Amino acid sequence: MTSATFPADPKPPAGWSRYFGFSTDAKVIGIQYIVLAFFYFLVGGFLAMIIRGELITPASDLVDRTVYNGIYTMHGTIMLFLFIFPVLNGLNNLLIPTMIGAPDMAFPRLNTAAFWLVPVFSLLLVSSFFVPGGPAAAGWWSYPPVSIQNPLGHFINGQFLWILAVALSGISSIMGAVNFVTTILRMRAPGMTLFRMPVFCWTALAAQSLQLIGLPALTGGAIMLLMDLSFGTSFYRAEGGGDPVLYQHFFWFYSHPAVYVIILPVFGIFSEIFPVYSRKPLFGYVYVALASFIIVGLGLVVWVHHMFPSGVSQWMRDLFMGTTMLIAVPTGVKVFAWLGTIWRGKLRLTTPMLFCLGGLFNFVFAGITGIMLATVPVDIHVSNTYFVVGHFHYVIYGAAVMGIFAAIYHWFPKFTGRMPYEGLGKLHCLLTFVGANLNFLPMHPLGLMGMPRRVSSYDPEFTFWNVIASLGAFLLGVSIIPFLLNMLSSWIRGPKAGHNPWNAIGLEWLLPSPPPVENFEDEVPTVISRPYGYGTGEPLVEHQAEIERRLELQEATA
Amino acid sequence: MTTSSPQPINRPAVLGVSLWVGVLVLLSHWMGQQAYHWLPVQASNAAPLVDGLFSFETALGTFVFAAVVSVMLWVMVFNRADKYDESDAVPIEGNTKLEVIWTAIPFVLVMGIAVYAMRVNHTLGVLGPMEHIHAHNSAEMQGGYPGDRLPAEQVEVIARQWSWEFRYPGSNVSATELHLAVDQPVTFRLITDDVLHGFYIPAFRLKQDVIPGRAIDFSLTPTREGRYRLRDSQFSGTWFAANQADVVVQSQDDYAAWLKQAAGQPLQAGLSLATQEFSERQKQKNPGWATVPPAPPPQVNVPGSPSLPHDG
Repeated sequence: MTSATFPADPKPPAGWSRYFGFSTDAKVIGIQYIVLAFFYFLVGGFLAMIIRGELITPASDLVDRTVYNGIYTMHGTIMLFLFIFPVLNGLNNLLIPTMIGAPDMAFPRLNTAAFWLVPVFSLLLVSSFFVPGGPAAAGWWSYPPVSIQNPLGHFINGQFLWILAVALSGISSIMGAVNFVTTILRMRAPGMTLFRMPVFCWTALAAQSLQLIGLPALTGGAIMLLMDLSFGTSFYRAEGGGDPVLYQHFFWFYSHPAVYVIILPVFGIFSEIFPVYSRKPLFGYVYVALASFIIVGLGLVVWVHHMFPSGVSQWMRDLFMGTTMLIAVPTGVKVFAWLGTIWRGKLRLTTPMLFCLGGLFNFVFAGITGIMLATVPVDIHVSNTYFVVGHFHYVIYGAAVMGIFAAIYHWFPKFTGRMPYEGLGKLHCLLTFVGANLNFLPMHPLGLMGMPRRVSSYDPEFTFWNVIASLGAFLLGVSIIPFLLNMLSSWIRGPKAGHNPWNAIGLEWLLPSPPPVENFEDEVPTVISRPYGYGTGEPLVEHQAEIERRLELQEATA
Repeated sequence: MTTSSPQPINRPAVLGVSLWVGVLVLLSHWMGQQAYHWLPVQASNAAPLVDGLFSFETALGTFVFAAVVSVMLWVMVFNRADKYDESDAVPIEGNTKLEVIWTAIPFVLVMGIAVYAMRVNHTLGVLGPMEHIHAHNSAEMQGGYPGDRLPAEQVEVIARQWSWEFRYPGSNVSATELHLAVDQPVTFRLITDDVLHGFYIPAFRLKQDVIPGRAIDFSLTPTREGRYRLRDSQFSGTWFAANQADVVVQSQDDYAAWLKQAAGQPLQAGLSLATQEFSERQKQKNPGWATVPPAPPPQVNVPGSPSLPHDG
């Protein structure tokens, strides 16, 4: 794919060193994204430990209140912009080209640039810990006027760096989105019509389209915030004729769809993994694929549900309650389709399958609290309380992070050529599931009782559930140890993986493990049937038996 | 779910599923009743309406959640592949009838909830503040309590970084503790000059952001005597967590007596935990990261007491 106008690619460096350079290989970039994301997962997780340490007692007694505010702000920002978006882009890089039989992404150099922006803006963001006055401390929403107060008056301050980092993150995400959408639309294998495309690619297409539609609003909102903070404009300053609520519209017009950018690919992961380990086709494939786009459409018109107590009129409350409730329908379709998939299957409870089942459990719970939050009268009581914190951690950690772990265990052999260890994987799964529920379930009663989110101290009646939540958080902190051990040791000396260790159906499983740089190169197989043909006996591609025999022969001689 | 493959009707299965659905219905009903205990005491006329809706949603949610988890557990126990079974399951690719059903049922359910919620919304009479917004003139916050300008029953609420001040313009009283008469509708006028705040009294189940540049009218009726917490619910900076005040709901006589007594008290510094903590913090060598200094405590007739036990 790379043309010859730039210095003709010499041999790409093999081995470890290629992960530290400007590679244009989507498979290298994918792993760069994922490893960098998990580095920041540890940083963000460490900040979460401080938060839960502070909240294990009612008084503000572990860190100063300014430090607490900075830490919870950075926890949210790091987890979203430096962990979850990069790790999903990593999976996109690994999975999209191999699943659709493309040699690489449509714009490999754009891909490299999009990735390398991540370390750049991450350093910018982290450096804000060291500027006078400390990092941004107005929450990851950065609502003005509190975010533009700038107490020390320095030009370079934490909030300033925060806005720059978020804007750069948006640019990186747009570059990625252009690439993913183009690749999916233009570079599919012969015979792979849209309705023969794996659901992960459908969800990636849906999610990345949302990025393209939503990000300009966030970027525009952030630029105006920067102008207000640093150049004395009054877009959001009431005393200059501006309106602080305007920012909330810009922010949530993107940041609510951003939740779907996160959860849609996880739906894709569930849809890939349930069929493999149930040995059954995905139930209602066409409807599941289309439901992603129904979610995109509805997801763009629900943002005001974040602002029900912010001073919006009654008709807006009613309208956005209705649209938010409708989201339950396509989402329900997917949940029922997964249940239909595992029903009467032949289940293999491997690590990825267990992570998916746990993730589905948490997601259904989050969906129910989501309906509660959509109804205005209940939302008025629990908005900006720990109920909301509990709800979105069930979505983001309980469902999305568990789905991401499932994907990592499932596709690890494909991209490293090594098998991960099942025992450590199951231990990791158990600790994650128990830790997440112990950590996030108590937040619901706390919110119902009226404990606001973002507090550095609280009234003594909230102590009991906070202690449980903190213990759960510390367990989650521990849960990452078996994961890291597993990844490191199996990558270095795990048993060698064949091309298709899970006996799965999909183009990526017709490639050697790990796949060569250009995947299928010139011999892209022609797709002749729908994905997930488990039990149907239909081959996925022309000459499938021949391709598999060749791969087995290679493995036998290697 | 049993209908996903065409089979003659299996009587024991139908009976078993019906029995289990019955159990789940009972469980859901019980959870719906439990839901009331997860919430603070009901101290306003809004609270029973909100709690009723929440209880209904809890019952419905319990049913859906328990049903989904039942299917998952059933499958995990009874549909496991044998250890050496490498074969595939019977391929069922979909079932249009079933897909239509599981689109239609959630659709009807959520629309039903939405209609119920809209009704609650309108009966609450917490009208959208858009219709009630006045151009906020910060001059009116300076000096005096121009009693003639506001209706007597209206309480002015001024949110600051980080204190709450309550002014009773009709009675020439100001306080950092909110006193209300039970069963009397009251209108608040919510204003702030610094950043966003949230006027949130959990026992009343009501919350409204306070927005710079707007004066928002907000009505409620307390229905239970007692002492409750008002909490700032929209992040407002360093001492956000400490920005609380007490709400005292009294009988009408006690309330009138309190107003009368308060009017006679001289102005003094109101409650402001932030101011105390700030002065202690400034004595430290390396207190932490930067903060906006707290606004000076408002001068009020009645500071109130922050340490009395509250009911919710």
